[in-house]
Amino acid sequence: MKTPAEFYMRDRSIHPPAYAPAYKTSVARSPNQALISLENTVSEITGPRFGHGDIAEGDNDLLTNYAAAGESAIGERIILHGRVLDENAKPVRNTLVEVWQANAGGRYRHKKDTYLAPMDPNFGGCGRTLTDDEGYYFFRTVKPGAYPWPNQVNNWRPAHVHFSVFGTAFAQRLITQCYFEGDPLIPICPIVQTIPDPAAIDRLTARLDMNATIPFDAIAYRFDIVLRGRRSTLFENRLEGN
Amino acid sequence: MANPLDYLKETASQTAGPYVHIGLVPSDTGIEIYDHELGRDITGPNATGERIRVEGRVLDGNGAALKDVLIEVWQANAEGVYAHPENSGTVEDGFRGWGRVIADFDSGEWSFETVKPGGVPGRSGSRQAPHINLWIVARGINIGLNTRLYFDDEGTANAADPVLGRVDPPHRRDTLIATRDDSGAMPVYRFDIRLQGDGETVFFDI
Ligand SMILES: [Fe+2]
Repeated sequence: MKTPAEFYMRDRSIHPPAYAPAYKTSVARSPNQALISLENTVSEITGPRFGHGDIAEGDNDLLTNYAAAGESAIGERIILHGRVLDENAKPVRNTLVEVWQANAGGRYRHKKDTYLAPMDPNFGGCGRTLTDDEGYYFFRTVKPGAYPWPNQVNNWRPAHVHFSVFGTAFAQRLITQCYFEGDPLIPICPIVQTIPDPAAIDRLTARLDMNATIPFDAIAYRFDIVLRGRRSTLFENRLEGN
Repeated sequence: MANPLDYLKETASQTAGPYVHIGLVPSDTGIEIYDHELGRDITGPNATGERIRVEGRVLDGNGAALKDVLIEVWQANAEGVYAHPENSGTVEDGFRGWGRVIADFDSGEWSFETVKPGGVPGRSGSRQAPHINLWIVARGINIGLNTRLYFDDEGTANAADPVLGRVDPPHRRDTLIATRDDSGAMPVYRFDIRLQGDGETVFFDI
């Protein structure tokens, strides 16, 4: 009988390094010392689990979850959907997916965001959901606007949605950002370009998905997420010892 | 050509950015959408064991406290059991062992209340000293940083802990050990995390 064992070693070559000087804030916030490699123990192969009691109906609808009754957020209406899989291509079920984003003008509902684009009174900017048995999730929202940020004097973030995903173990915890196919700001964004591997950037880019588009309602974009996968072993699982 | 392996590649990390609070702790930014927020209560009402407070700052390479940092906490209960189906044993009803903590927007100080965890099994029959697993994200952190908090009143268990034992040179182990203060009503463990430079905290590739 095969039993699940350690997670595959994280392939750091597809992730941004801690120190990425073109993204200036990383310079003083990046460790100098090498990370110490840890073989998984029970502390890493466990992690928080979530259920339907943790979320409410409508949390995944950013068009309406902050809007006044009968109102809706302003902007290009989209469905952002996909699957959460692991490196073995198995669905990650019942896992919490959280998103946050700027409004259609590129403005966040946050006291530290002083960009002159206006707030949308009907848009809060966050949503959450659980994946289903196929690892599938979806959100309804507006396509976020590009926005300027202080790095060099004239840097603009491509349109993006921030994603937070759990999996089943603390070793799988991931925060990332999803971009949109065809955005000319992607190749010139210092944050995107902290990722050294162009194929890894391409996998962060949601694709226009006409098959999931709802006519006269919302354009769909597809974004699949892959979390770390696990070995299975033919031998006794000794992670917890005797 | 050889047949390609059919593994998928992990999705790349990106920084949580300056507005992580909107997504993960929205009511802290005044956004009231959810009927309840996740990660506010680590232990639930029925947890046994010693109630403690953990406090600290996350400091950058210039010694400045991060005011926009978010930390996730993952720990076992006082008996050393994680609330997870792969861990043998049971936890108290309502105990999750998971929490979210943000720094104060003005001072950068953060704190959380919990119960002191028990020791947990290590690999190959070893025993790990009581510890709290931490995951740190913020603007300027490109991939979440994993570290562990150990307790300075667990000297014997710490000395035998296989993870602390991997840290070389040994003096860097001290960066993982919180210091206890019993002067108040509740025991407080102080744990400052230094991202870079002198006294840099040990971070793990888990
Ligand atoms: Fe953003």
